[in-house]
Amino acid sequence: MTMPFYAPPEQVMKDKADYARKGIARGRSLVAVRYDGGIAIVAENTSATLRKVSEIYDRIAFAGVGRYNEFDQLRIAGVRHADLKGFAFSREDVDARSLANAYAQSLGQVFTHEMKPMEVEILVAEIGLDADGRGDQMFHILYDGTVVDEDDWVVLGGETEEISERCAAALPDAPRGLADAVRAAVAALAGPDRTLGAASLETAVLDRSNGRRAFRRLTDAEVSAILDA
Amino acid sequence: MSLPRFGPHDDPGPDFAALLRLSRSGGHAGAPDAASGSLPSVSPSEIPHGTTCVAVRYDSGVVLAGDRRATAGHLISNHRIEKVFPADRHSGVAIAGAAGPSTEMVRLFQLQLEHYEKVEGTPISLEGKANQLGQMVRANLPAAMQGLVVVPIFAGFDTAASRGRIFEYDVTGGRYEERDHAATGSGSLHADIVVKLGFRPSMARAAATDLVLDALFVASDADSATGGPDPVRDVFPVVAVIDADGYRRIDDAELRRRTERLVRRHRSRREADGGAS
Repeated sequence: MTMPFYAPPEQVMKDKADYARKGIARGRSLVAVRYDGGIAIVAENTSATLRKVSEIYDRIAFAGVGRYNEFDQLRIAGVRHADLKGFAFSREDVDARSLANAYAQSLGQVFTHEMKPMEVEILVAEIGLDADGRGDQMFHILYDGTVVDEDDWVVLGGETEEISERCAAALPDAPRGLADAVRAAVAALAGPDRTLGAASLETAVLDRSNGRRAFRRLTDAEVSAILDA
Repeated sequence: MSLPRFGPHDDPGPDFAALLRLSRSGGHAGAPDAASGSLPSVSPSEIPHGTTCVAVRYDSGVVLAGDRRATAGHLISNHRIEKVFPADRHSGVAIAGAAGPSTEMVRLFQLQLEHYEKVEGTPISLEGKANQLGQMVRANLPAAMQGLVVVPIFAGFDTAASRGRIFEYDVTGGRYEERDHAATGSGSLHADIVVKLGFRPSMARAAATDLVLDALFVASDADSATGGPDPVRDVFPVVAVIDADGYRRIDDAELRRRTERLVRRHRSRREADGGAS
């Protein structure tokens, strides 16, 4: 009779975490920054059709890095969660915190109980109703279900330390305008040796002045105008 | 509420109505059950009904309008009900029939369009939206047989063809595209005649707005279930225009101005006749 191998739980968790981190680091990163009119999300993405940033609900946006099929599945689950909740209750009852918790539960479940953890990191961002942005929220959720409540800006993906350092250096103090926020995010993503053009960026905002549905994608022309200014 | 997740075999795709059915059978937190076929028959005099709505195409879009009265039998149950709604950015829906199921259908329809757009990343074509609404009317047929009839008009700006389009429905979900104008509800016969006589190809928005106000005015003159403009309570029809810039509702100040002019026109026509009839 063969004996089953014993693997200590510490080792199993560490292996899974390493596996997930490696998968995430292979993809390109993403930066979300608060600005005076809302929240801007800038992702390095050469595809114009496979999106990393998208709309979940009136004031809630989603962004993911890592394996596309996995975070896109999470995105659709989030849209369903929000739309079902808004239909059963009311539109104002849909909030980012409960959605972030649902994501965390789901990711945590997969991480501990399934063979393969999800190789994703996601962001759930929501803008508040106050003009001064006090209600703005950003939840950063990791592959193992860890939730981090971010305050001013956040980096998702690989090389987060380098990008965070560059972002901290490039970002002017709040309150800052959209152009400043986007320029700093792009500079942080690009680093000293590269320049990123509009074609290799995916940029979207949650804009307080955009009516009920606050989510809006910036066109390449708009991004170019910001970067060239 | 946990995250709704499905395997590849039972995934409802971008269809919100299907998702709703799945989540109900899966025991998700409770949206109330929609009208099912096993309802006992209800008399129309027991529940509020909304009535007359019209749509007219003009040179760069569509005007959609509805009166503000809801009736339960011979009683007026509401003086300021609204029957014209935005469906999404470039389309709107106007509904005549049982008020409860109508507003529920509109809510589901609006969500269906937005849900599809978010899941798929691109909006449904105008034709596709019209078909979706037809399926919802068809699904309501058992309830309609019990007296809860819902008959909408769907109108929108077709961004692909760059013109306004109007769709009419019957109780069974039959969908008919109208070239220039449509009317639904108990006052539709009178409203439709006014629109038919006043319609000119490629009218301007102002003329089309005046025409729908006139149509509802005449309908309210002949049909007890259609409400006329009410200067005492300051209630005017809901009038929305849909063009390349999207759906927007015309504000009450403009409607008051146009209504006053309309009343003056009718009065001077009578006075020119020497006050006869």
